[in-house]
Amino acid sequence: MSEAIKFHFDVDGENFTSAGEASVQIKQKLRQLGFAPDIIRRVSISMYEGEINMVIHAGGGIADVTVHPEQITIVLEDHGPGIADIELAMQEGFSTAPDTVRSLGFGAGMGLPNMKRYTDEMHIESELGKGTKLTMTVNVNR
Amino acid sequence: MLFGEESLEKDVYSACGSDMMSDVLAFVKDQAVLLTGLVNPQVIRTAEMMDMNCIVFVRNKIPSEDMIALAKNNELVLLATPLRMYEACGKLYTNGLSGGKCNE
Repeated sequence: MSEAIKFHFDVDGENFTSAGEASVQIKQKLRQLGFAPDIIRRVSISMYEGEINMVIHAGGGIADVTVHPEQITIVLEDHGPGIADIELAMQEGFSTAPDTVRSLGFGAGMGLPNMKRYTDEMHIESELGKGTKLTMTVNVNR
Repeated sequence: MLFGEESLEKDVYSACGSDMMSDVLAFVKDQAVLLTGLVNPQVIRTAEMMDMNCIVFVRNKIPSEDMIALAKNNELVLLATPLRMYEACGKLYTNGLSGGKCNE
């Protein structure tokens, strides 16, 4: 594999049950491509958290994953409400998720900090009322 | 025993217990067993993301058919117990299943 391989997914915002399916597929693809388990886990957990966020907060969106031998980039884009205060959203434990989401096991305010923890680079662009674009990169050889 | 009888011979060395999947994704490292009282498909998916081998449902919680189907795809073992979380964790811990490392 010398050139980049791209994957595109539409994340359904109406269906909590199917949330995470794109991440599962990426996990399988990376396994087929022979990436190390640690890399696969970091990419799939970060993407899974992002996917869950898009379903919980933004009514779904799109996910684009670019796989290079040296670097894996995940771009998650939605047209949700946007993030009012990114610095606050990055704090562990801060969450705007309703109780209904918490009763499903999410919304503990760990999503974004977790994504930052598992990736080498994370960039958030967000505009209120317009949506959020999240770019995460995992370097294969650190 | 709910599902995955053929994998019962596998060895596991550590476990974690939580009803918050967010916390499992944040703090768990190599724990192979998840004890939880939460029942929805994201529990199975979380275990899959964390490369776990086994889920123990506490407080008599029984997973749905679609959860069992998801577990089947991932070769997960599903167990259920009437014990509450604290007791179920305590029993496994006193029988040698540690908490393992934490992902800080």
